[in-house]
Amino acid sequence: MELDFILSKEEEKPTGKTELIYDLVIIGGGPAGMTAAVYAARKRLKTLLITKDLGGQVLWTAEVENYMGYQYIEGRQLVNKFKEQVRHFPIDQEIGEEVEKLSKEGEIFSILTRGGKKFRGKTVIIASGKKSRSLNVSGEKRLIGRGVSYCSICDAPFFEGKEVAVIGGGNSAFEAALDLVKIAPKIYLIDIASSWSADPVLLEQIEKEKKVTSFPRHKVKEIKGDDRVESITIEPLDGGQIKSLSVQGVFIEIGLVPNSEFAASLVKLNQAGEVAVDCSNHTSIPGLFAAGDVSSVPEKQIIIAAGEGAKATLTAHQYLLRSR
Amino acid sequence: MALLKDEVQNEARERFKKLTGQVRLVNFTQKIECHYCEETRRLIEEIASLSPKISSKIYNFTLDKEKAQQYKIDKIPAVVVEAEKDYGIRFFGIPGGYEFNSFISAIYDVSRKATDLSVESKDKISKIDKPVHIQVFVTLTCPYCPAAVEMAHKLALESEYIISDMVESAEFPHLVSKYGVMGVPKVVINEEFGFEGALPETSFVEEVVKASKSTTEAKDEG
Repeated sequence: MELDFILSKEEEKPTGKTELIYDLVIIGGGPAGMTAAVYAARKRLKTLLITKDLGGQVLWTAEVENYMGYQYIEGRQLVNKFKEQVRHFPIDQEIGEEVEKLSKEGEIFSILTRGGKKFRGKTVIIASGKKSRSLNVSGEKRLIGRGVSYCSICDAPFFEGKEVAVIGGGNSAFEAALDLVKIAPKIYLIDIASSWSADPVLLEQIEKEKKVTSFPRHKVKEIKGDDRVESITIEPLDGGQIKSLSVQGVFIEIGLVPNSEFAASLVKLNQAGEVAVDCSNHTSIPGLFAAGDVSSVPEKQIIIAAGEGAKATLTAHQYLLRSR
Repeated sequence: MALLKDEVQNEARERFKKLTGQVRLVNFTQKIECHYCEETRRLIEEIASLSPKISSKIYNFTLDKEKAQQYKIDKIPAVVVEAEKDYGIRFFGIPGGYEFNSFISAIYDVSRKATDLSVESKDKISKIDKPVHIQVFVTLTCPYCPAAVEMAHKLALESEYIISDMVESAEFPHLVSKYGVMGVPKVVINEEFGFEGALPETSFVEEVVKASKSTTEAKDEG
């Protein structure tokens, strides 16, 4: 492995003020939230940005080749560029915080964080993105960190010489499998769909690997093991025989779910759990807007999320002007 | 050739402008049979050259035994980030990859002798009156890990009873197997307690307080 030193851009920012009523509170610090923040600062809105991290999913994206202005850039470098742009503006920030509950009291939104802080805003943009989807099978939760992993780049090194399963059929599952090929003697690739959704380039690479055994159209029934993962039980969708595969690691790469629970009792979500928006980022609640992957906007792309974030702030600004 | 690329050096310099007090990086190393010892030593010297507020001291792990004992260093490469006093902040293995963030963050906090933990957390930590040893296992490719390491080190800075180690998994396989690490970040508190994943501040502090109360016997005195 090439030795690399990664230092993210950071600057001390004023933290959130509980006594203030902000013009705009942005929940989430990915491309949508960060762009929304820049637009808000330029409109001179009193703005608070609440986020678990700055960068969101882009932080875990190795390479970006479709964000205009950069033919090729690493995800974390792009995040640094975004941060650099945000840090020129006076925006209050609560970094490392997650929102527990969003509610509306009269005309004012109330935002309660996991850390127990309560902030208020005249308008809110939900830009909280998505997180890894879990399988919801027996053994999965209990064995996290004991063989079950949702981050193959983090945890793959612990599975040298071990047999592993990768669950999923998309690009991230295939990339995880290709990563594991370097260290694991046997890799089972399991997905519920009948055809892989990964890019053809990755498909070709996987097909060449003798260490990889594929099980399309198979459902994971259970992950077994006392103190650590010992096996995984899978069942063919067409009703064939249930198989038990002996593995020490299970890498779950089955896509993402929107981070919208904190707003579920307030705003209308679509079937996928995304915050339903119109083409100007309005939600079902006046003064509440949504942008990026957490919203129902079609296509989840960095450049689209950034554009949606800008749009959401401009709409929120209009709303504030009208309600004055 | 420098280990740190120009842009990383520039960003570090930018951050070091806000250092207030002197920081000393104490490095334990040896020439042979140590993966990344050489690189860690070079890294420490490069970082010290980026700010007049940072100095470095290199000790030989085998020859400077007394110093190693004084700092309770039992494996290398090791770096202690200290000021006039030793706060119990340690990095075992090279703080490279994503972990470079937690290293710079430790320098920053130690220089300012302050953390940004909440008043409530500081209050809880101040009530700890038994030795607590926190080990945070990481890999250098783990974007979630620095948050856990930074949290542990902030706790060490706030309490004279807390010692906190970053442990780079690839360099210490015997500890990986001893503690059964299969996913990172993994936090081990006083040998017997621990959790997987990066917890938010309030829960992290609670886990440490809980462990400090349940520990009957001090394992890391001093």
